[in-house]
Amino acid sequence: MQAFSDLLDRLIYTRSRNAKLGLISDFLKSTPDPDRGWILAALTGELDFPNVKASAVRNMAMERVDETLFRLSRDFVGDTAETVALIWPEHSKTSLSEIPSVGQVVDELTAISRSDAPKLLTNFMDLMGANERYALLKLATGGMRVGVSARLAKAAFAQAFEIAVEEIEEVWHALAPPYSELFAWGEGRGDRPNLTGVAFFRPFMLAHPLEDKAVSMTDYAAEWKWDGIRVQIVGTGEDTKLFSRGGDDITQAFPDVAKAFDHDAVLDGELLVRGEFQGGEAASFNALQQRLGRKKVSAKMQAEYPAFVRLYDILFDGQTDLREQSWTNRRQKLEKFAPQLDTERFDISTVLKARDFDHLSEIRDGARDAAIEGVMLKRRDSSYISGRKTGLWYKWKRDPLVADCVMMYAQRGSGKRSSFYSDYTFGCWTEDGELYPVGKAYSGFTDEELKMLDRFVRQNTLNRFGPVREVEKTMVLEVAFDSIHQSKRHKSGLAMRFPRISRIRLDKPAAEADRVQTLANMVT
Amino acid sequence: MGMTKDAHWIEPHPHGIYIKPADAWIDPSRPVSRALVTHGHADHARGGHDKVWATPETLAIMGLRYGTHSGQAVRYGDGFELGGVKISYHSAGHVLGSAQILMEYQGERVVATGDYKRRTDPTCKSFEVISCDIFITEATFGLPVFKHPDTAIEIRKLLLCQKANPDRSILVGAYALGKAQRLIGELRIAGYHDPIYLHGALEKMCRLYQELGIDLGDIRSVMGSEKEAMRGQIILAPPSALNDRWSRRLPNPVTAMASGWMSVRQRARQRNVELPLIISDHADWSELTQTIKDVSPSETWVTHGREEALVRWCSLNQMKARALELVGREEEDD
Repeated sequence: MQAFSDLLDRLIYTRSRNAKLGLISDFLKSTPDPDRGWILAALTGELDFPNVKASAVRNMAMERVDETLFRLSRDFVGDTAETVALIWPEHSKTSLSEIPSVGQVVDELTAISRSDAPKLLTNFMDLMGANERYALLKLATGGMRVGVSARLAKAAFAQAFEIAVEEIEEVWHALAPPYSELFAWGEGRGDRPNLTGVAFFRPFMLAHPLEDKAVSMTDYAAEWKWDGIRVQIVGTGEDTKLFSRGGDDITQAFPDVAKAFDHDAVLDGELLVRGEFQGGEAASFNALQQRLGRKKVSAKMQAEYPAFVRLYDILFDGQTDLREQSWTNRRQKLEKFAPQLDTERFDISTVLKARDFDHLSEIRDGARDAAIEGVMLKRRDSSYISGRKTGLWYKWKRDPLVADCVMMYAQRGSGKRSSFYSDYTFGCWTEDGELYPVGKAYSGFTDEELKMLDRFVRQNTLNRFGPVREVEKTMVLEVAFDSIHQSKRHKSGLAMRFPRISRIRLDKPAAEADRVQTLANMVT
Repeated sequence: MGMTKDAHWIEPHPHGIYIKPADAWIDPSRPVSRALVTHGHADHARGGHDKVWATPETLAIMGLRYGTHSGQAVRYGDGFELGGVKISYHSAGHVLGSAQILMEYQGERVVATGDYKRRTDPTCKSFEVISCDIFITEATFGLPVFKHPDTAIEIRKLLLCQKANPDRSILVGAYALGKAQRLIGELRIAGYHDPIYLHGALEKMCRLYQELGIDLGDIRSVMGSEKEAMRGQIILAPPSALNDRWSRRLPNPVTAMASGWMSVRQRARQRNVELPLIISDHADWSELTQTIKDVSPSETWVTHGREEALVRWCSLNQMKARALELVGREEEDD
C-alpha cells in the first residue's frame, strides 16, 4: 500500500507527461503481480467496488469527527477522500508489516457486503498513516485525480514493456484486472491474449472541432451529428454487447437493441430514442436520458422510449477487420450489411448531398430548429483510427446559444479548483423583476478570470448557506449553451445543456441581463 | 476568573481590535494614532500609524519595511500603562519578535495572541501560556484536517530530495519574514552547513535576523553566482518567484514550497509545487485546541482563519467562544 501511496503522491506533484510516463512505467516494471495490475486498473478507472459507497466513507468519518467540523473541512479541502484521510484520528504507530498490500485490500473490498464495508475500511485506516489512507480511499472509491488519463496509463505500460500502445488498446477491453496475462505477455512469459469468441470493445474514432476551416466536399463526406450517445455494437454471433464511448458496457440498459442483433460484426452508430425532434426522426436527448444509467428497464419504459441505432460505420464484418480500409469502402460495406437488420432498431445515417462547402453550410443552418447538434465531416480516404487524429474527422457543431445571466450563488470547486469559488449558479429576470436561477456552470473561464470571479464572490457575499454563498446580483456572465429544455429542477422551468461561461460582462449592468422569457423562446 | 466578564472595554471592529480606555488598536489594518502591533507581517503591521508599541525586533522589522518609525519598544515581560489599561508583551513563537498582548483593566485579563505556534523554532522564543479571562486567538489552520508533521521529517524530505538531484537546484519558496530564516535554522540543526543561497528579496531580512543575533550560518546571494554553481544547491526565494522568470536562471530547479497549506494536495498542485514541505509558523488544529485548553479562558474570541470551526470545537467542549470578523488578513501569509 505504501508503494502505491508514494506513486500517487509523486504523480500528483509531477507536471510533465514524460516524467509521469517514466514514474508509472518504472512502477509497473518493479512491482509484483497482482498489485501492479490492480494499480493499473485504478489508474485507468477500471476498478469498481460497488459495495463501497462514497457516502459510507463520509459517514465513517462523521462517526469519529463532528459533522459540522467535517463539512467545513470538506468544503475547504475540496475532496472527500483527502478530507477523510487527513481528519482521521491517528493511532499509535503500527509496524510496516501490518499494513495490508494492495492485493489484500482489493480482495477484501471485493468480497465485502455493503453493510460490512465501513467496518473493513475503518480497520484498514486505523493501521495506516494519512498518505496511505488517502491512497486506500482513492482505490476504494475511484477518481484518482492525479492527472493521469487511462490513455497515459496504457502508454506507460507500453513504454515499460516495449509494445505499441495501439496493440495494448486493442486487447485492453477484453481483459480484466489484475491483467496477469497482459503482464505475462509484456514480460515475454506468455503469448498475446487470445480474444476469439469474446465480445469486446474497440476504441472509437473521434473527431476534432472544425473551428474556422473550410474543407473540400470531394475529400470529405458529411452526415448529421445526431444528438444521442455514440454506441458500438459488438456481436460474436453468440453474444451481443453495446458499449458507450468510454467503453462502458451498456447492454443491460438497452436489451431491445441488443436482442435485435445476432450477427458476427462490430458497428459504430448513434443510440437514439424514437420521437418527433431532430427533424422528426428522433426524440430529444432528454428522452434518451430516461433510458440511460439503468440496470433494468421495464417493458413500459422500453415501449415509451423505444431505442434504435443510427449506423455510422462498420469495423468488423465477421472476422474481417475493415478498419484499415477507407471510409468510402467501409460505407459501401455498411450499406450492404445494414439491410439484413431489423429496421425498427437499425437504420443508416444518411450522407448529406452537399455540392460544396457553402452548400453544406446552408444545410447545416437549415438544421437550426431541429435538435440536431450539427454536422460531421469524414475524410473519404480515412481508415478507422482510434482516438482523435487531426485532419480525418471533424465535428461542425451549430453555433452555441448565448444568454446574459446574473451570478446568484457560488460554491467552491473541486480538484484543481479546490478552495476557489468556481461553481456559479446564475439567473435571468422574470417579468416581475425577480431573478430566477436558469443554470449552473463551472468552466469556460481562464485561470486569471477565475481569480477575479473568486475575489468578486469573497468581497460580495450576502449570505452563507453551508458551502454556498449568495452574492450581490451585480456580476453579468455571458453563458453559452448547446440547447435549452423544459425542466422541473429549476424554478424558471428551464435547464441548459452544456452551459459554460463564455464571457464576463463587466461592462453590462445587471438590470440589462436577459429575461427568462427570452430563454424560454429558445427551448427545443 | 471564571466569573461573568464581558470586557465591554474591548471592541472588535472589521479593521482591528479597539481598546477603548487606551484609545489604541491592536494590529489595525488602517492608519491610527495608537497601534499595538503583535508582529512584523504585513497584514498585522502596517505603516502610517502615529504611534506604535511593539517589541524591539518587530520595530526593527517595521523599520526595514516602512522606513523609520516613532516606535515605543516593549520587551517581553515588560509592562506599561495606557489610559488605565495595564499592557504587557509576551512571546508568541510565531516569528522573531512576535508577541501576545496581555491587557488588564478593572480586574479583567485579556490576551490577544496575534499569530502563534507551539512547536520550537530556532529563530524565535517559544509561546508562553498566559492565563486570562478572554483569549483572542488566531485560527489560520483551524480545521481538524491540519496536523503539521514534525518539522524534522519535512527537513529530511528536503535533504533527501537534494541528494537525489545532484544536477538540479532545489528552489524552496518561503515567506521573507520568519519562514525563510526558520528553514535555514532548521537545516542547520539537521547538520546541513553548506552555503544556502537567497533570492534578493530575502537577503535584507536574513541580514537583519543576523544583526539581531540569530545565527544562520553561511548564506549567500544567488545574484552574481554562476548558473552551473547552483546545481545541487538549496536556494530560498519568496513564493511569488517560484514560477517567475527569475527562476530561469537556475539549472532545472526542483520547485519546493514550505507552507502549512502544503498538506492539501490540490493546493500544492495549484502552486506548481513538486516538493511540498509542510512547515508552518502557525498553530495547527491540535496546537490551537491544546492552547485553548492550556489557557483555559472563560471566553475565547477567534480573529481570523477558519473561525467557524474553532468556535464549533469550543462549543462541543462546553467552552464559550465567538468569531470576530476581521478584514484584511491575508490567508496566504503563512
